[in-house]
Amino acid sequence: MANGSGLTSGNLREQAPAIQVRNARLRFGSTVLFEDLSVDLVAGEITCLLGLSGIGKSSLLKLLAGLGPELESGSVHASDGRSLNDRIAYMDQRDLLLPWLDVLDNVTLGARLRGHPQDRSRATDLLRDVGLAGREHDRPAVLSGGMRQRAALARTLMEDRSIVLMDEPFSALDALTRLQLQDLAGRLLQDRTVLLVTHDPIEAVRLGHRVHVMSGQPARIDSVMALSGAPPRNPVDAQAAAHYRDIMGHLHQANPGHDGDKSA
Amino acid sequence: MTDRLSFIFRALVTVCGLGVLWQAIVWITQSPPYILPGPLPVLRVIATRMDFLAPHAAVTVTEILLGLLLGTILGVTSAILIHQLRPARRWLFPLLVISQAIPVFAIAPVLVLWLGYGMASKVAMATLIIYFPVTASFMDGLRRTESGWLDLATTMIDDERRCTWAVLWHIRIPAALPALASGLRVAAAVAPIGAVVGEWVGASAGLGYVMLHANGRMQIDLMFAALIVLSLFALAIYSAVDGLLRRALPWQPDSAPTDTDMPARSKPS
Repeated sequence: MANGSGLTSGNLREQAPAIQVRNARLRFGSTVLFEDLSVDLVAGEITCLLGLSGIGKSSLLKLLAGLGPELESGSVHASDGRSLNDRIAYMDQRDLLLPWLDVLDNVTLGARLRGHPQDRSRATDLLRDVGLAGREHDRPAVLSGGMRQRAALARTLMEDRSIVLMDEPFSALDALTRLQLQDLAGRLLQDRTVLLVTHDPIEAVRLGHRVHVMSGQPARIDSVMALSGAPPRNPVDAQAAAHYRDIMGHLHQANPGHDGDKSA
Repeated sequence: MTDRLSFIFRALVTVCGLGVLWQAIVWITQSPPYILPGPLPVLRVIATRMDFLAPHAAVTVTEILLGLLLGTILGVTSAILIHQLRPARRWLFPLLVISQAIPVFAIAPVLVLWLGYGMASKVAMATLIIYFPVTASFMDGLRRTESGWLDLATTMIDDERRCTWAVLWHIRIPAALPALASGLRVAAAVAPIGAVVGEWVGASAGLGYVMLHANGRMQIDLMFAALIVLSLFALAIYSAVDGLLRRALPWQPDSAPTDTDMPARSKPS
């Protein structure tokens, strides 16, 4: 599956921990975003978190990334007991490329920030893998949205972290580019523990080992679906279509009337 | 190239137009030469007294450039200190506001008293007058860093102590450069005011001194000549600063149209 470029480095499966969120309560201002929320991210698998916009998916992801406000109660644990902080790569919906750096320098940003030597040849390989060969020295401004997001994916993978948190990474792209990047991500994220926040059920079908649906206010995580077969899945094959129906069923169930779960 | 030609053409038309307008006012108001000399006599004075005007212009331009340099260094340093260090924010920020609240014109005599009739008091004036725009704009830029970039950097850096300074150096400062650039453009435009006001208060050289002196002796044509030379240099300084900034920040959106000479870098093998 890996495309022969040595991207999935050796023994990541051993390094990637499972992550458990237990009874988490998070408040944003006076709104309780979620309460008594528990979720498991399986080691080395892609967990998709689906839900309507504004439900608190991104807040959960930011919490895991150490970016958001602290939990009021509850806990976040890695299965190996170590802290999450130094092994997370984060990818946002926006490419977040620095406009004054060229693509290659953007991809090696992490090393520069840490004051470590930059592995430019690995960065060049990664850029080739995401289809940006020859664009290393272009500034982001001259790239299309799809290319920029490819560069952002390369930067995420360059970090070579065992945990990858992605916040609707492909939602701003056109359909074709989105499909391509999902394929790439599915292959290149192998063996890492990934949380992929999305509002797109097809994306969940294509990429998820497991799919959770988040709903309600305060939000809860209602259902867990384990999808069969290895991602990236072909969205038109029969099994994927069945998964898609399941997921849509769960989404409808979790959001009756689609105007917020006021009875909860 | 055609862009440049059309720019030169427009500039020429503007200058000629202003000259015609000036001459028209002279004719219509029937002003005597000691009230409003026409453009041609003034040009003649510039030509004939070039050897007198040039050294004075050199003095003023030096004052402006030194003031720009000092003010920029001071402003950039203050902005970084105010942004990064809490005590600096508490102590330096009020000073910054005060520096702007006191009109430079009001302290010009004191500066001349302290720093003398030479160049130092004028450089100080120019420095003071640009200190606030430079500091304020850079500080603003440092504060408004795209929060997504900061989040990204936070996940990339493990060492918290390293984080603040690495983020400052690699993200906040470069991201704030366009804001600093607009501050510097304002600075380039107002620095001549500082230098000339300094010269008016007390000097023995400089275009401001020439203007004051010529005015006192009713040599209005000489005064206008000095004024025109001063304006030309002020324009030249502004364009030079503007051009340098565009060249230095080619990734900045507003410098894109002139960015036709992006270096084609060779690929690493």
